[in-house]
Amino acid sequence: MPTKHIKFTVNGVEQEQLVDSTWTLLETLRDKMGLTGTKEGCSNGNCGACTVMLDGKTACSCLVLAPEADGRVVTTVEGLETGGKLSAIQDAFVKEGGLQCGFCTPGFLISTTFLLKNNPHPSEDEIRLNLAGNLCRCTGYDKIVKAVERAANG
Amino acid sequence: MPSFDYAAPTSLAEAVKLMGSSGTVRAFAGGTDLIDQLKTNRRNADLVIDLKRIPELQKLEMGSDGLHIGAARSCSDVHHDATVNRLYGGLADATGLVGSVQIQNRAAVGGNVCNAAPSGDTTPNLLTHEAVAVITGPSGTRKIELADFFVGPGQTVLQSGEILQELILPKPPESSASAYLRFIPRNEMDIAVAGVSSFIHVDPATKTVRKARIALASVAPTPVRARGAESVLEGKVITEALIASAGDAAVESATPITDVRGSAEYRRELVRVLTRRTLSICLERIGISL
Ligand SMILES: Cc1cc2nc3c(=O)[nH]c(=O)nc-3n(C[C@H](O)[C@H](O)[C@H](O)COP(=O)(O)OP(=O)(O)OC[C@H]3O[C@@H](n4cnc5c(N)ncnc54)[C@H](O)[C@@H]3O)c2cc1C
Repeated sequence: MPTKHIKFTVNGVEQEQLVDSTWTLLETLRDKMGLTGTKEGCSNGNCGACTVMLDGKTACSCLVLAPEADGRVVTTVEGLETGGKLSAIQDAFVKEGGLQCGFCTPGFLISTTFLLKNNPHPSEDEIRLNLAGNLCRCTGYDKIVKAVERAANG
Repeated sequence: MPSFDYAAPTSLAEAVKLMGSSGTVRAFAGGTDLIDQLKTNRRNADLVIDLKRIPELQKLEMGSDGLHIGAARSCSDVHHDATVNRLYGGLADATGLVGSVQIQNRAAVGGNVCNAAPSGDTTPNLLTHEAVAVITGPSGTRKIELADFFVGPGQTVLQSGEILQELILPKPPESSASAYLRFIPRNEMDIAVAGVSSFIHVDPATKTVRKARIALASVAPTPVRARGAESVLEGKVITEALIASAGDAAVESATPITDVRGSAEYRRELVRVLTRRTLSICLERIGISL
């Protein structure tokens, strides 16, 4: 198996890893680095459970090869809090009950963080459109949308 | 996944050299098609070449011959680009429809083209803008009309060792616009049952159509131009009735199949309706009311 030595920044910390060329970023984060907040759902880009930020933009980490991350900046759900304090978005999901089983939540939190960075006060339609790449089988989405609105508008 | 090596060249010359490596070599941009194909053993590879670090393939700029879109440039960058939104409205429509935000952030317009799915959402609009494909390989660079790029489902004219370098979209004239619509059974995240892109250039004083280009997705083995519909429009004064006739004529260029996404008959009807609607959107964008 061809291997690659990669250096990248994960949640603000510079990391070095020896990865297999065929590993996905998802496998590397979860199985190699123990960052199990990022979930594996469909493994083909449809469900969004594995969403991370790659150089500040959301991507399905199941469709990113680990060597592609060399020199890049990755943010996972573990990187959203600061000093043990949840981000305003995480807090809004808790307060609105924007989750049930929680499996899709890390992906939703990353997608919401990206959305609100680019569009701080989205309409309900914009929220639904921008979160269409994240599937939730529990909530029926309404509470997730409310959580995003709460995070955006207080 | 099968075992393969990975390379990320930073120059076009290096990429072309790597493309000549032994075994099965595959270039990729966003990997949203390729990585899944590798995972599910629908494609094999000995070496995959990540094209995203090559500056020429990340171009997005207006030149004297038109808009240059590097083959690795992401759908989201194209979707949000001011020039694209001003001059190539249908391309902004299409790049905003490919998968989800996560997919658009990775997927390239060039990847959509090279994947050559009949349902590819960006291709019909590129055809209506008469895009030119710039192809680079071991024997240098060649330019072809994008209309001549597709051979069949998943098949292109790219020869072994060749990569798509960029697409060039001629600058559209004043008083012209394009639009793209597809039909899917839900609001997002699905493959087009049918898709239509229209481009028209209309004389604002006489409302005469100077030029019309219409192209269809998901209704033939490759994306196709609806040439009959184009000639129905050209040289005529644009009216609701003319738009309706163009919709009818576009159906003649569709040779759809019946599959799980829809029947051939349904797809033909979609072509009729989407042709009319995209033409109306073009007129709205130009600022012409009927
Ligand atoms: C969840 C999901 C939803 C999707 N939804 C849509 C949709 O709505 N509409 C749609 O059209 N598509 C959709 N797709 C398919 C895919 O995202 C698009 O086709 C996308 O534009 C492919 O671009 P890419 O850069 O990721 O391609 P890649 O996977 O990088 O490449 C695609 C193919 O082209 C080849 N290739 C890429 N670049 C070059 C080059 N420069 N030279 C030579 N060969 C090259 C690769 O070897 C590969 O065979 C979806 C995919 C997923 C996973």
